[in-house]
Amino acid sequence: MRNVYEQISVDQDVCMHCGACVGTCPRNAMFLHDLTVASNEECNGCGICVKVCPVGAISKNNGGDSR
Amino acid sequence: MRKIETDILVVGGGPAGSSAARYASQSGAEVILIEKRQEIGSPVRCAEGISKKLLSKVGLSPDGKCIAREVKGAKIFSPSGHMLTISEKQAGDEVGIVLDRVFFDKFLASLAVKAGAEIRLKTAATSLIQESGKTAGVTAVDIDGPLEIRARCVVGADGFESQIGRWAGIDTKLKTKDITSCFQYRLTGIDIDADYCEFTLGSAAPGGYVWVFPKDEDTANVGLGLQLSQLKDAGEIKRMLDRFIAKDDRMSKGRPLEMVAGAVSTCAPIDRTIADNVLLVGDSARQIDPITGGGIGNSCIAGKIAGEVLSLAYEEKDFSEKSLQRYEKGWRDEMEERLYRNWMAKEKLVSLSDETFDKIILAISEIGVEKLSTLSILQAVEKKYPELVEEFRDLLG
Repeated sequence: MRNVYEQISVDQDVCMHCGACVGTCPRNAMFLHDLTVASNEECNGCGICVKVCPVGAISKNNGGDSR
Repeated sequence: MRKIETDILVVGGGPAGSSAARYASQSGAEVILIEKRQEIGSPVRCAEGISKKLLSKVGLSPDGKCIAREVKGAKIFSPSGHMLTISEKQAGDEVGIVLDRVFFDKFLASLAVKAGAEIRLKTAATSLIQESGKTAGVTAVDIDGPLEIRARCVVGADGFESQIGRWAGIDTKLKTKDITSCFQYRLTGIDIDADYCEFTLGSAAPGGYVWVFPKDEDTANVGLGLQLSQLKDAGEIKRMLDRFIAKDDRMSKGRPLEMVAGAVSTCAPIDRTIADNVLLVGDSARQIDPITGGGIGNSCIAGKIAGEVLSLAYEEKDFSEKSLQRYEKGWRDEMEERLYRNWMAKEKLVSLSDETFDKIILAISEIGVEKLSTLSILQAVEKKYPELVEEFRDLLG
């Protein structure tokens, strides 16, 4: 699982795999598999995951979709 | 792709999933419980507090390893430091025992196994299999790669993430004010009264609270939870907790044994927790107490009800929404009113200023209450600050 649809970035060194972003995402675009958190093409870059992450592992990418 | 088949598939090996699997197995149904982690009960994502009352209500008597500490009550600190001590009897539903979830969750899972359930670890559901509009199982990934698990009923016990429910079209979406983001350390070498759980309200965690739940004489789960709607910057939760610990002389010399992150729902009961061949239980069904954020007890209770209904449904060969309606009614009869009332109370509490919190804590500690219910608090406060109670009036009805 990589962040192919890069509206947001998850810093895997900071992420604690707690799933707070997965349950919060209004579009169900976040996944927690294989101890990796990532987003899919449903992500519209709303950024709510950035705020809910207790440790600050998620950031919004400038310029949105960078495919 | 590899394929396996079962009668009932439970997704998630926490208290809700294990309880549902245990009681569903009793009818002789084939039950598989999958857990995405490599170990039941770990990593812990919980402050581990539960009341003795709630634990005995679900008929559980876990062995000593599951219980880290029994406490005598709770201490509640107002923003300016007024302290209210309440006994376990007064404190109600969530205080009394500090569990060791690593053991407790394994204890519950072992009861499910004894009843006949099969457990598969490191198995993550990746999607729901839908055939002619009906749920027929999940696709998953385990240690040997992708597989299909076909089932006549899928139980979503997948926690806060609640993906099974959302894949099945059940609305479990949360408003930002009904999500609490949390961070916790297990601190050792701290100077605490290990006979009490502590809660600090107000500006240390506006819209939430700081908790200190003792694990032994000098070790405790020290955490902070805050409404998502109050958060502005990335990583704010951890920084706020770090500031709280640095400012508290008893805590600042402590050293962490564990870091825990997570989120809990603090919403009103949701409209629907079932669909044809799908049932949600525990955090995924948003059965968490909106005031305390506690969910262990409710998950065990709802899990038991779910399992009993699944047993009946198996015997009747009918896992339709209509058949599962008995679960919907069962858990609501048990806890819906309490959840709704506590959600209303939470909505009020988060709007209070530090000054008001101080007044309320002071009023209750001066007057004293027999049983710390919403009603008795309101009555105590009313004697001293009638104007404060005015806005809570609708909670009395």
